[in-house]
Amino acid sequence: MQTFKHALASSLRVAAATLLICVGGYTSLVLGVAQGLAAPTASGSLIRRDGAVVGSRLIAQGFTRPEYVWPRPSAADYDGQGAGGSNASPAGPELRARGVEQVARYGATEARPLPPELAAASGGGLDPHITVRAARYQAARVSVARGVEEADVVATIDALAFAPGGPLTEDRLVNVLELNLALDERFGSRGGEVSDE
Amino acid sequence: MTALTFIALIVGGSAALSWPLGRYMAWAMRPGADAGPFRQRLDGWLGLLVGGARRTGRGPQGWKHYVIAMLVFNVVMFVASFSFMALQPHLPLNPDGRGPVEPSLIFNTVASFTSNTNLQHYSGEASMSYLTQLCSLMWLQFVSAATGIAALTAMARGLAGSSDMGDFFLDVSRATFLVLLPLALVVALVFVAFGMPMTLEGAAHATTLEGVAQTIARGPVAAFVSIKQLGTNGGGFFGPNCTHPFENPSFWTNAVAMVAILVIPMACVWMFGRMVGRTRHAAVVFGVMLAFMLVKIGGAVWFEQAPTDAFSGLPIAADVGNLEGKELRLGTTTGPLWAVLTTSTSNGSVGAMHDSFNPMTGLFPMIGMWLNATFGGVGVGMINMFVYIILAVFIAGMMVGRTPEYLNRRVEAREVKLAALAMLAHALFILVGTAIFAVTDWGLANLDDAGPHGFSEMLYELSSAAANNGSGFEGLSDDNPPWNIATGVVMLLARFIPIILPLAIAGSLAAKRPTAQSSGTLGVEDPTFALMLVATIVIVGALTFFPAAALGPIAEHLQQMI
Repeated sequence: MQTFKHALASSLRVAAATLLICVGGYTSLVLGVAQGLAAPTASGSLIRRDGAVVGSRLIAQGFTRPEYVWPRPSAADYDGQGAGGSNASPAGPELRARGVEQVARYGATEARPLPPELAAASGGGLDPHITVRAARYQAARVSVARGVEEADVVATIDALAFAPGGPLTEDRLVNVLELNLALDERFGSRGGEVSDE
Repeated sequence: MTALTFIALIVGGSAALSWPLGRYMAWAMRPGADAGPFRQRLDGWLGLLVGGARRTGRGPQGWKHYVIAMLVFNVVMFVASFSFMALQPHLPLNPDGRGPVEPSLIFNTVASFTSNTNLQHYSGEASMSYLTQLCSLMWLQFVSAATGIAALTAMARGLAGSSDMGDFFLDVSRATFLVLLPLALVVALVFVAFGMPMTLEGAAHATTLEGVAQTIARGPVAAFVSIKQLGTNGGGFFGPNCTHPFENPSFWTNAVAMVAILVIPMACVWMFGRMVGRTRHAAVVFGVMLAFMLVKIGGAVWFEQAPTDAFSGLPIAADVGNLEGKELRLGTTTGPLWAVLTTSTSNGSVGAMHDSFNPMTGLFPMIGMWLNATFGGVGVGMINMFVYIILAVFIAGMMVGRTPEYLNRRVEAREVKLAALAMLAHALFILVGTAIFAVTDWGLANLDDAGPHGFSEMLYELSSAAANNGSGFEGLSDDNPPWNIATGVVMLLARFIPIILPLAIAGSLAAKRPTAQSSGTLGVEDPTFALMLVATIVIVGALTFFPAAALGPIAEHLQQMI
């Protein structure tokens, strides 16, 4: 009985101390440094245009208009507070149906096959990037909808291309929201002043 | 080629870091007489914190005392965390107004985080307030990991021949404040530097360029994710874990997060070696663990290179691997590599959706959880390996006709029985559990896919619970009373039985007279021992689960080939 009593008393002390230091102290310290030195990213990498928040650099959005580059499909319908993947079997009928649907949406043909990430959803459903290949794949549609040269659209894409892991990654990516903002800015559909929060 | 370089950097980098960290952990957990005045003073402060002066007069504490202290502390953890979560609607730091959580889900979640599992039947951003995330969940991520390190420390003391297993509360404080907290701080700041959110503001509201409203959940992510990765916890701030861009914003946070999965479990092996005074033995054990892990990495990465089978025959380029459930910024190798790291250790965070892996890829994470000792959870991985070691020296001893020994103590019937019991318990939870769900209506009602894939989903869920892992084949609808209660109970039993039994073995060995080394003693520092250990793990550990594997991933793979 004595053992239990001692153990309970010590447990309560250690619980209180760890809560205070590991939750209170640690969280406050990380929060203070983050908000002090990296406030824009620590607040969610929000992007503003004309003062209004248009999204986060890190969170995908469901672009559907032809003048915009479209993101990867999302099993969570681009829900910023309900992210998730399809969790479907890669051999199952659910993914087959999505593949068929995306092929139709992009008008892919054997001669012009669809880049696979435009048919495959990401793990969180919020992947903000597509490969340069997938962006260029959409350049023709975007240029027609905007009435501009396809080469200029491709140039805009290439200007934003980056390798996420430097020499350690094979594919070059573009951020879809940043690309669409750049397209608006360059070709002036409804462009405006873009600023980081 | 880039894939191989990446894997080598992650695994090699973690292994290189684990050596100095293991040395540091031995210093932190078991200050020797030569530790110096600074280290003595640290222990003085920690002693004050845990009840100090009153406790210093205590006599030697055997393994039973240690276990009682551990269990009482874990009950306190459970109750405190349960209270925070149950009272969520009435507590502060709830900017998005999260409501009450369903009772069976609270039980499951608190059992999950207390047991260092972090199986999640909820989605963090949709159901938990910031206070719950921090005080209930993140707190348990510190102290449950510390419990594991403390248990390993006690076991090492016993195996070093001391019948005094130490003071559990002092050990937990050492592990929390001297090991986990400094590392978590460093990793959290690196995450912040690479763009991970860290804010107490509620969700952001955006209007897209097309005029659609989007609500973007955020929160104190960096602090949470850091300890979640380091303490083999794995429970994400957001539902989809480290595939969520806020929980893993760049290639570099991803690399750091993967190293953070591995480094403490690896360092635990070195710490153990130093504490029992057998660093060469630790090196052999480390080598065996690493070999298993590399084989699993090779297998998973290989099978995941095949393109998504469902798209075959459609005009979709098939020149890259299966991308379903994967993030582009993390690189194509991350999914399968992370899957193996997270299940080799008992972390359970994910860098890609395991349910959408190619069927054979999904087998390798399951193997990791079935063995649960090829590095394993912080502290407990080495404890699980100790059980395999006991069985290996027993089998080897029987083969050459000598009384088996481990670290100069005779391994006799009592120790082998306890080790066998620990081994059987793990298999029992997984196989019997899956069997029950596979034949009952409430088990079958919650499957996303029928046939072998559905079987894999159930097998994975129970493996994850029993291995205190926490990852899942998330197609399974698991937030309902049958799954919440069943996995909650399995997680708790599977946490404490495999800690208590090995501590009992260590206590029983410590009570024996040391034997003299002779030419007939079976060495534990040579390649022969490594081979015996590998054979024991394959035969006793892996083959137990082969029939279940054949019904799940292997059947699905063959089905796909027809």
